[in-house]
Amino acid sequence: MASSETAISAEGVERRFGDLAAVDGVSLEVKTGEIYGFLGPNGAGKSTLTRVLCTLLKPSAGHASVAGYDVETQPGEVRLRAGVALQEAALDDKQTGAEMLSLQGRFYGLSAKATKARVNQLVELVDIGDALDRRIGTYSGGMKRRLDLALALVHDPQVLFLDEPTTGLDPVSRANVWQEVRRLNDDLGMTVFLTTQYLEEADELADRVGIINQGQLVAEGTPTELKRLIGTDVVIVTVEGDPARTRDALEPLPMVERVEANGPSLTLSVSDGPSAISPIAVALAQVPEIDVIELSLRRPSLDDVFFSVTGERITDSSAFMASASASQNPQEQK
Amino acid sequence: MTSSTTAPAPPVSRIEPKSAGFLRDLTSVAYRALRAIPRDPAAVIPALIIPLFFFVVNIGALESVAEGIGVEDFRAFQLPVAIVFAVTGVSRASDLVTDISSGYFDRLLLTPMSRTALLLGLMVADLALVMALCVPVLILGFLVGVEFATGVLGALAFVLLGGLWGLAFTGFPYAIALRTGSPAAVNSSFLLFFPFAFLTTSFLPLEALTGWLAAIADYNPITYLLAALRSLLSEGWIWEDLWPGLLAILIVGALSFTLAFGALRGRVSRG
Repeated sequence: MASSETAISAEGVERRFGDLAAVDGVSLEVKTGEIYGFLGPNGAGKSTLTRVLCTLLKPSAGHASVAGYDVETQPGEVRLRAGVALQEAALDDKQTGAEMLSLQGRFYGLSAKATKARVNQLVELVDIGDALDRRIGTYSGGMKRRLDLALALVHDPQVLFLDEPTTGLDPVSRANVWQEVRRLNDDLGMTVFLTTQYLEEADELADRVGIINQGQLVAEGTPTELKRLIGTDVVIVTVEGDPARTRDALEPLPMVERVEANGPSLTLSVSDGPSAISPIAVALAQVPEIDVIELSLRRPSLDDVFFSVTGERITDSSAFMASASASQNPQEQK
Repeated sequence: MTSSTTAPAPPVSRIEPKSAGFLRDLTSVAYRALRAIPRDPAAVIPALIIPLFFFVVNIGALESVAEGIGVEDFRAFQLPVAIVFAVTGVSRASDLVTDISSGYFDRLLLTPMSRTALLLGLMVADLALVMALCVPVLILGFLVGVEFATGVLGALAFVLLGGLWGLAFTGFPYAIALRTGSPAAVNSSFLLFFPFAFLTTSFLPLEALTGWLAAIADYNPITYLLAALRSLLSEGWIWEDLWPGLLAILIVGALSFTLAFGALRGRVSRG
């Protein structure tokens, strides 16, 4: 059994579907009270690992525990301590919100009185309000997500799994979910395992981030640590004219560590952004037959980290899916 | 840890979740299923109307023919057929498929609830529903002059036997629902009803059937169920008629429940 400091532990977890390894030897540890962001594009294995950790799937190999209990041999103990909101809000349109919450309370052995008190707490927490006595079929997408979150919280879980909790939500609803996740973590010390394909979400919420690609954990750390992995600032250059010629002019500069081409734009990894801008501008001025449209400096993002470890941009999932079976060698690197 | 910029959280006390126990899980599932029935009346109305319709039409069309070949009281002869029509194939399997496709079934599996109660609770709801569906059929029977040779207790036994048959049959649509998760496949399970309900003594007594139909009817469990129900109506407490009817229910129930709970094990195996 893992220590009480450890809320989630996975050691070499694999989950296969026939020949396909959806999760391929993932090891990770989430400390009690932490928000862990599990970041990756569609099809990377995030949801499959979540389903293994919350006992819906058995691991094909390896071991995992949640709240100190083995997910394979002690699933009942895990279920008592884990709250789960899966990717799609899992609701029954024929029931009212209040009925679903009460039913959920019954399944966790809560008395009618305790369930009622708990429902009153959760209504405030997830802001469902008057809609509670309406049938769920009449709810908006955002209301369904919030009710789904409330259902995951009925039994006051020690560990909360949120599988892409904001996918498909409008910006306001997304901000509300973030606020609720922070509140649960801050006020109750609830451990949160959050999968997302939104870099901003992981950056905003997570204490630590694991990046998964093609079933494997390819990087892990705090958002700051991960960005530091790149060790650089990022300069964006967009030109009208021949980007290859521009690239040839910039690559030899000593402060330029790597160049990524993306159409008319070049993304330069540089060791010290502010001091690199001038030499880059000078070099660009010497390239014939191009016009510089943009020259900007920014701090690295988790997308840059994802690119540096996978060679793919997470923001272009379709491109990722198309090249999922291709080599993982980073492209376009210096 | 990211700091909160929101209003103070409402007071949330720690609670101790535990397994609710099999019986409470069972009643929770059954209660939810029963609560949903009046909210989707379109799903029940056919089961309410079809048996009444066939009862009236069969009597109108065949009463004089049947009496001509020696059936003394064709209305009493037809009432058990109407009961079989009312209860056979009525189940919550379509709701179960909806739960599977919506993800709510997974939400239930994420709780510590008994997996057996997940299916058995639906069957308990089915039993309550099919017994309720027997009542209007019985009332119509009384209205057209049918009487019970076994009195009030016999009428109760009649409804109970009908309910148990309905319950025994539910395993088939549940097995299909759990194996396939397909609404179309569950709807098609209604086809199973036809050979059971028509290749038997629905319209004429066994002695009047000939050839292949008589041979099949001999092996059709509904033949023995109908004989038991008719016996309660017209003969009295004839155990030689009642036992085969009960045995037929048990055999069909054992087969369908084996298939249904096997399918449930497959669905929740996490494999």
